[in-house]
Amino acid sequence: MLRFLLGRLAVLIPTFIGVSIIAFSFIRLLPGDPVALLSGERVMSPERHAEISAELGFDRPIVIQYLDYLWGVVRGDFGTSIVTKKPVVDQFFELFPATVELSLCAIVFAIVLGVPAGIVAAIKRGSFADQAMMGTALVGFSMPIFWWGLLLIMLVSGMLGWTPVSGRISLMFYFPPVTGFMLIDSLLSGQAGAFKSAVSHLILPTIVLGTIPLAVIARQTRSAMLEVLSEDYVRTARAKGLSTFRVVGVHALRNAMIPVVTTVGLQVGVMLAGAILTETIFSWPGIGKWMVDSVSRRDYAVIQGGLLMIAAVIMLVNLAVDLMYGLINPRIRH
Amino acid sequence: MLKKTTFAAALLAATVLSGAASAKTFVYCSEGSPEGFDPGLYTAGTTFDAAAHTVYNRLLEFKKGTTETEPGLAESYTVSDDGLEYTFKLRPGVKYQTTEFFTPTRDFNADDVVFSFDRQLKADNPWNKYVTGASWEYAAGMGFPEVIKSVEKVDDLTVKITLTRKEAPFLANVAMPFASIVSKEYADKLQADGKMNQMNQMPLGTGPFAFVAYQQDAIIRYKANPDYWGGKQKIDDLVFAITPDASVRYQKLKAGECHLMPFPNAADVAAMKADTNLKVVEQEGLNVAYLAYNTTQAPFDKPEVRKALNQAINKQAIVDAVFQGAATPATNPIPPTMWSYNKAVEDDKYDPEASKKGLEAAGVKDLKMKVWAMPVSRPYMLNARRAAELIQSDFAKVGVTVEIVSYEWAEYLDKSKAKDRDGAVMLGWTGDNGDPDNFLDTLLGCDAVGGNNRAQWCNKEFDDLVTKAKETSDIAERTKLYEQAQVVFKKDAPWATIDHSLSIVPMRKGVEGFVQSPLGDFAFDGVDITE
Repeated sequence: MLRFLLGRLAVLIPTFIGVSIIAFSFIRLLPGDPVALLSGERVMSPERHAEISAELGFDRPIVIQYLDYLWGVVRGDFGTSIVTKKPVVDQFFELFPATVELSLCAIVFAIVLGVPAGIVAAIKRGSFADQAMMGTALVGFSMPIFWWGLLLIMLVSGMLGWTPVSGRISLMFYFPPVTGFMLIDSLLSGQAGAFKSAVSHLILPTIVLGTIPLAVIARQTRSAMLEVLSEDYVRTARAKGLSTFRVVGVHALRNAMIPVVTTVGLQVGVMLAGAILTETIFSWPGIGKWMVDSVSRRDYAVIQGGLLMIAAVIMLVNLAVDLMYGLINPRIRH
Repeated sequence: MLKKTTFAAALLAATVLSGAASAKTFVYCSEGSPEGFDPGLYTAGTTFDAAAHTVYNRLLEFKKGTTETEPGLAESYTVSDDGLEYTFKLRPGVKYQTTEFFTPTRDFNADDVVFSFDRQLKADNPWNKYVTGASWEYAAGMGFPEVIKSVEKVDDLTVKITLTRKEAPFLANVAMPFASIVSKEYADKLQADGKMNQMNQMPLGTGPFAFVAYQQDAIIRYKANPDYWGGKQKIDDLVFAITPDASVRYQKLKAGECHLMPFPNAADVAAMKADTNLKVVEQEGLNVAYLAYNTTQAPFDKPEVRKALNQAINKQAIVDAVFQGAATPATNPIPPTMWSYNKAVEDDKYDPEASKKGLEAAGVKDLKMKVWAMPVSRPYMLNARRAAELIQSDFAKVGVTVEIVSYEWAEYLDKSKAKDRDGAVMLGWTGDNGDPDNFLDTLLGCDAVGGNNRAQWCNKEFDDLVTKAKETSDIAERTKLYEQAQVVFKKDAPWATIDHSLSIVPMRKGVEGFVQSPLGDFAFDGVDITE
């Protein structure tokens, strides 16, 4: 197990270098000049442009720029944003907890609803419930996030007034961030109503971000369960007279969960991509919107640093998923 | 220990601010995050709203709702006979804000003014490069490094600024956000503590609101400055709730989660006006959208061709389709709200038949051309693609085939300034300081060819008029010169002027005292809430 873990961690290093090369070179392949963008629609003189480029190191050969960047990363220095003039690492850790909090809630929402829905659909295969659930899942999967978010805001917040429109907590509450996770910080603040406000602000973004993973998980659970339920050992378990709950919940579900866990792991990447839109709609201060803004501003340091750190997170999540296989199915041992 | 201290601070803040619920808090649903809080470093209006118009003041200020200047931190000024020396008498007794991060020990004085300019202009000033990539782009764009020879302290309350040449727009320029006055005492303290970066993160000035906290991409908090020289504000707290999506801003406004929002979707304006809980104010924006021909390339090097093409464009249709009426067709390169706007100039009438004849007379047949459409929405042009399609259809009626091209925004700005560029470029401008020079010379002067002058148009008659106006301090004389320049512009037609958009600001019914700025600023001093 330890050997497996060390081996996987060793593979992360070349992957990390590969991602850094891609992040570094792709952003430079995009047309657009970060120095020229500093002056907006106003045109910068060529002399001034050259002066600022030299100051930022953009006039050096690309390989030297890359090696310099990589050396900085090794020392924990991911560079400074050309726009905000703040270190990329500081900005990342300021914004990342908001994305993690939202993504965790969304994935829990997707699992809690998606797995039972998939199981019920598999057991009641061909029934109205099956068709209704899988039809809904298909609709959920096909729903454009932007449209879905605005629709929910208009219905639930605007017309019904059940939830706040956007943000992470009511503006009436103010406390310095301790962990960056609003649910925890609101509890730590001790302010009456703060936690409730944080929860109410999470509801709509969680639903919007969790809808696609929910649909994927429900469909994956259904198809995995159908496969497992037709296995001989399930028939044997039924023949032994075990209750349906025990047959499904213990014998079938555990085996069916392996592809579902893989799917959940893959959804982390999907969720980070989906978070960009969800964060924009709900004014959620996370890394998704930060990255998109940085691309339009050609803020190289932020894009490179942000991509590297996101890639690291996804790699670690995948590693955790691999480790979970062993826990779910004892026959799989690393 | 650190954790305990942080937690204790959180509890303290909670206790202190629990009373804030009953305070008068004005919430502004802003459209984006500020890039930072040092206005000198940036060029974006969003940043100026968050930093310059809240925390800081300038020597002169723009009078609310106008582009005229009025005394700010300078009570008065005199200009030498040769027009090169400006002596500013500073306002006595102006206090800097007292905040949790800094307690000032002295009032505002001439040292602050000298420091505020020197840090932007002198490369050897330790603050000139205090953050990575500090380029002081606005000061450079307004020509300060070339125009300002020196900034000197005469005494504690007098500052003399000497120019290298006559520059009539200079007074308007010092009222602009990038020329905000920062505290030298605060800067010295940050420098001594090795925390110079903090100047851009925790601003401190003399303005109506003191900075409290910024949670990136989410919320900016200010409190009213009790020592403000212009008097304490009617609201206690000001909050910027950063809400990038216009539809979501509207929902928040409807739900009472904010009091005022900028930049509504044109499609929502009718519903906003019908909502009894809201009110909508509108004003002609200080902007222009245009289609710039490349006047160095045939057949667009002939004024008669450009005039004929201009007659083919149905501007009213563009205004209706793109702005749903929230704009006016443009005649001149400066907006009608700007002084020296020449009302006598007649626009090229929409007349496809006359256009056809004009093209034929100029020997142009089966013309194929490119029209560049911006990939982004700007206040002066909400949907360039749609406008380009309408122009494409208009030009087709007079036998001109249009290919619409577009590029990523940064590339668009870069490629469109090339002297040998192919086709006509759609672009626009929002005024910086209300001075006609900021449009006419910046966008159409000979010096701007290959840069902001996308038409690559260098007309000696026009350039002489604009240059002369820049060196004349008498407003009446300048007005005449600019009026003549507009006549020359219209006759030579380097652009098809398209529109001046309206600036529309929806707010809750109970908001009082908000004055729309023709410069597009959102400033909340003097604002009150009655609902």
